[in-house]
Amino acid sequence: MSERLVEIGVGAFVALGLAALLVLALQVSGLTELRQPPGYEVTATFDNVGGLREKAPVSMAGVHVGRVESIALDPETHQARVTLRIERGYDSIPADSTAAIYTSGLLGEQYVGIEPGWEQATLAAGDRFTETQSAVVLERLIGQFMTQMQD
Amino acid sequence: MTGRLQALGRATLDGLQALGGAVLLLGRLLRGATVVLVRPRLLVEQVYAVGTLSLVIIAVSALFVGMVLGLQGYYTLVDFGADDSVGTLVALSLVRELGPVVTALLFAGRAGSSLTAEIGLMKATEQLSSMEMMAVDPERRILAPRFAAALVAVPLLAAVFSAVGVIGGYLVAVGMLGIDGGAFWSNMQSAVDVTPDILNGVIKSVAFGFVAGWIALYMGYTAEPTAQGVSRATTQGVVRTSLAVLGLDFLLTALMFD
Amino acid sequence: MTGDEVLARVRDLRFQRGRRWIFDGVDLDIRRGQVTAIMGPSGSGKTTLLRLLGGQLRPHGGSVQVAGQEVPRLSRPELYRLRRRMGMLFQSGALFTHLSVFENVAFPIREHAELPEPLLRALVLLKLEAVGLRGARSLMPAELSGGMARRVALARAIALDPVLVMYDEPFTGQDPITMGVLIELIRRLNDILGLSSVVVSHDVEETLAIADYVYVIADGRLLAEGSPAQLRASDSAAVRQFLDARADGPVPFHYPAPGLAEELLDGEGP
Repeated sequence: MSERLVEIGVGAFVALGLAALLVLALQVSGLTELRQPPGYEVTATFDNVGGLREKAPVSMAGVHVGRVESIALDPETHQARVTLRIERGYDSIPADSTAAIYTSGLLGEQYVGIEPGWEQATLAAGDRFTETQSAVVLERLIGQFMTQMQD
Repeated sequence: MTGRLQALGRATLDGLQALGGAVLLLGRLLRGATVVLVRPRLLVEQVYAVGTLSLVIIAVSALFVGMVLGLQGYYTLVDFGADDSVGTLVALSLVRELGPVVTALLFAGRAGSSLTAEIGLMKATEQLSSMEMMAVDPERRILAPRFAAALVAVPLLAAVFSAVGVIGGYLVAVGMLGIDGGAFWSNMQSAVDVTPDILNGVIKSVAFGFVAGWIALYMGYTAEPTAQGVSRATTQGVVRTSLAVLGLDFLLTALMFD
Repeated sequence: MTGDEVLARVRDLRFQRGRRWIFDGVDLDIRRGQVTAIMGPSGSGKTTLLRLLGGQLRPHGGSVQVAGQEVPRLSRPELYRLRRRMGMLFQSGALFTHLSVFENVAFPIREHAELPEPLLRALVLLKLEAVGLRGARSLMPAELSGGMARRVALARAIALDPVLVMYDEPFTGQDPITMGVLIELIRRLNDILGLSSVVVSHDVEETLAIADYVYVIADGRLLAEGSPAQLRASDSAAVRQFLDARADGPVPFHYPAPGLAEELLDGEGP
């Protein structure tokens, strides 16, 4: 009887430990390889992505609609090519929408915000945002401000 | 003058000898640990003693630590308008540092000390000696399964600690301070990665389990076979394990996140 | 029993602890089928001798042979194989405190043989019956009296049917009835199971009552040897002091110290 209890106790302990690891992997780190949310990918080209990171949120009107999948440098145009994964259910984004990089709060994370356009046609898998707005780089902003002051 | 020099020399030699003994014991523990493959029952009993019975203290501590992190993180971040990132702060602190370290410290106090006392008493009452005379190797039969159990239990306990701690942070941040639950999780998920963050946390906890088990068993096995000797070994075991864990944590952090 | 055949042979045994020689050239023979007693004052290294025979300690000189094998030169597996044929009763009993009486006796059998449970149970109950404690099988060691604990330890020591059983101070701290029981047991097990026994003790009467041959050790040397009758007839001063329990004699009552008057008048130190 007590042997049985010991075994049950160990079984429960190991199961709990593994479950905790799973929680850490899925819920805390949002492991995408295991939990690939179905949806579709679109790309956007920016002159400068600033501090944008992979897995940063993509939102529309403040609502979470997807994630940044990857960020790469286009070898010819020397621009940043950002792949966004839009979650299933948000498949009516107008084709002429603008993708912009914003910062949440003064020191917060950077994210991609989508400003909807007016066209009837919608974005589909593999499409590209025609309108983009790069990240605001603080140093550049200050630099512009200084030159204007001198004028 | 020569007396002091002699004392220093003796202390050095004794220290080196103890270190050598500990390393030799470690080698035998590692070799002996294969016994759990042949007789898994030995491991099960010990995992119960050091793992299952430590769950409650680990879970309760983790809940409180997570809640405190949530509060402190919120009060600091809210000044910068970045209070949505409190989930990131809670999760990163727990997964990278507090989970493995606090678990190892609690383990040393709860399970390591009882390992030391148990082995020390078995030695003092000649149980280990009599086992040897029965042609049963006590290092393989008694010490090695306990070492293996510490190696298995500490990483699992650390995972439980981190997970429960995150839940504690969630309860405070979302339930009490009114942060949006979606923002809490999505900020956390975009900042925490499986590699390196979670993987490094797991590696740390394995290393801490290794050190905690090794020191606890060594202290018990070399304890002076008297009541005083066993109690001293138990205290010293906890102190040395704690110091070793904190020192090792610095080393590992420096190596992992450079 | 032939009585002459030697099971264990110790020659010119030398062993030191710190700077003190515990043994400084001791010769002993342990003959098959006999109860050999080793007597001597406390601290004369009797327990050390058993540990040397069992290979738990290595001598600094001389030879220790058991069953024709030179114990200090055995490899670990060889030593463990030899130990399966030895049983040792520790002074404290050294029962495993977390196991019941039954499991304590079953322990060495479980470790060395994969027996089906009913057979194991029969074996353990037989061993417990031999020491008269079959009824106590489900007790825990903490519930046993000192004498009972020693009997359980004895059952455990003979669990693997050894050829040599070593008893470390079996009579110390026992009431007269328990002592009688233990004497009876040691003798009976020796004769019925065809064992050879080594009894280390400083209890003179009890030891002389069961021994076939006695060695007296003091100050690292062999003081006397012979059958109990020969020893009783001995007129050596040292043997007489030990046998007649005289406080002072060749073995001094006082631990070496400066003169009493000197030290009292001096008035220093602890």
